[in-house]
Amino acid sequence: MSDENRHVVFICSKGNLDMVYPALVMGWAALGNGIDVTIFFTFWGMDIITKKRQPHLEIAPVANTSMKMSLMGLPTGNLGIPNILGILPGMTAFATSIMHKKIAEVGAPPVGEYLQMLVDGGARLYACKMSVDMFGLTKEDFVDGVEDIVTASDFMDMSEGAQIIFI
Amino acid sequence: MATRVIAGKTVQVNDEGFLTEPGEWTREIGQVLAQEEGVGELTDAHWKVIDFCRQDAKDSGKAPTLRRITGAAGVSTKDMFKLFPKGPAKKVARISGLGKPEGCV
Repeated sequence: MSDENRHVVFICSKGNLDMVYPALVMGWAALGNGIDVTIFFTFWGMDIITKKRQPHLEIAPVANTSMKMSLMGLPTGNLGIPNILGILPGMTAFATSIMHKKIAEVGAPPVGEYLQMLVDGGARLYACKMSVDMFGLTKEDFVDGVEDIVTASDFMDMSEGAQIIFI
Repeated sequence: MATRVIAGKTVQVNDEGFLTEPGEWTREIGQVLAQEEGVGELTDAHWKVIDFCRQDAKDSGKAPTLRRITGAAGVSTKDMFKLFPKGPAKKVARISGLGKPEGCV
């Protein structure tokens, strides 16, 4: 075994519900295997750490070719949710509630609780400086556990030697 | 299946050093495995978790995941990482003579 501990860095750039869980699941698994974890949030990924946005992450059925009617337990095979239905008011909320149900069924916690578990397990969270400026955010807008607002250059220093996963 | 002698007792182990027969485990074996895992001398706080895992595995047939332990044993995630640093669920499972925990959460 080498002296340097293995280090995995996740870059979270998306805020859609389905794009939030991969870093949480893999980050938690990494901590469970004694691997150091850093998560860098940028662009739409800022939603994951922004207090006002975190409880309201959604998934839209429009133009999502993998989201089939069968997700709702209907025996409809490969039949998709028609885009024309997806544009109706309430359809995004409906798709989101189905996704929340599916996530809960496998025992995965909601995003806020999951992220807190990672922080408690030693994961280090950072927010992207450019995104903070772009969206007019401050450190006070973030959930507990976000250590700092850092530049892309800082990120390059922090991730030296680490394995980087971009989501 | 490979065997090895731990704390004066011959036990069956798998490739990763996990005991394959929970019934062969003793508290002395637990202490030796804790040293190997870098956990050191086991305290009451460690034993509380180990005893919970042994009982839970007996009831369910599998080693508990970390979320199961924190949810049901009344030990926080933070404390688990302090008691069993670098991979608590896996370490406590090995120390407790159980298989590797399965499941992603």
